[in-house]
Amino acid sequence: MNWSEFFHMGGYAFFVWTSYGLTLIVVLMNIVSPMLQRKKIIARIKRTIKREKLTGS
Amino acid sequence: MFKSIWRWIQRFSSPKYFYEMSAKLIPWFAVSALVIGVYGLYLGLFVAPTDYQQGESYRIIFIHVPAAWMSLFIYMVMAISAGIGIIWQIRLADMVAAASAPIGASFAFLALVTGSLWGKPMWGAYWVWDARLTSELILLFLYFGYMALQSAIDDQRSADKASGLLAIVGVVNIPIIHYSVEWWNTLHQGATVAKFDKPSMHIDMLIPLLLMAVAFKLFYAAIVLIRTRNEALYRDRNRRWVRELIEKL
Repeated sequence: MNWSEFFHMGGYAFFVWTSYGLTLIVVLMNIVSPMLQRKKIIARIKRTIKREKLTGS
Repeated sequence: MFKSIWRWIQRFSSPKYFYEMSAKLIPWFAVSALVIGVYGLYLGLFVAPTDYQQGESYRIIFIHVPAAWMSLFIYMVMAISAGIGIIWQIRLADMVAAASAPIGASFAFLALVTGSLWGKPMWGAYWVWDARLTSELILLFLYFGYMALQSAIDDQRSADKASGLLAIVGVVNIPIIHYSVEWWNTLHQGATVAKFDKPSMHIDMLIPLLLMAVAFKLFYAAIVLIRTRNEALYRDRNRRWVRELIEKL
């Protein structure tokens, strides 16, 4: 089997590779989104700490 | 005796303790998910033989079926944790439930879309209102419902209770999804692996399928830990352990 045959997937290339591509996107989103969420949460807590120090509460 | 067990559970389910322990576990889950996933993909795409009925299109199975299994598995984890949170008021369980919902939703979405991309060349349609497909779509909406309730209610305790109840009631959908291919005449094919009889599948197809299922499970384990850590930080944002941790960052 050569590479062009492999990518051709017996004529089902569109369906097979779209499925695999979407899977990759979903996996990456699952990795990136909690990382961004963590940054946001930490920034928010840091802001709160700063504000509390300023107002002295 | 009972009291000491209870104290033990409370100690190990404290968000602070979880936050410290989970940091050590995540790399193990992530690396093993990657290794097993890459090997499973290699076997599935290069080694597994061509299907005699469906040609190469069947290779979608190696992501479609594990994604569908995960959507059910994560739902059960979510509902059981939500139940534990409601009954025993263990905060960590509520956090696990809330952390699981978006991951489960993403797998349900993936199962539906890859199924649709498989259905088009095999059945001639991207979508049919078949019992299996419809019940899986309802599962996706249950995840959305849980997430909507979580974010709509400001008080965390009430949010956990309301969304947890929805998750528990929605468990009724799980056996419906599983048995839909037997109870109704569905266009969707019947079970090939999860049945008491021998799986009706070539061993070279079955092994990559099971490897991918294991890889997806390990991936979920890593991501749910990361998300639960976020939940712990956010929900305990006014507690001392989080404050001390943040000031060190």
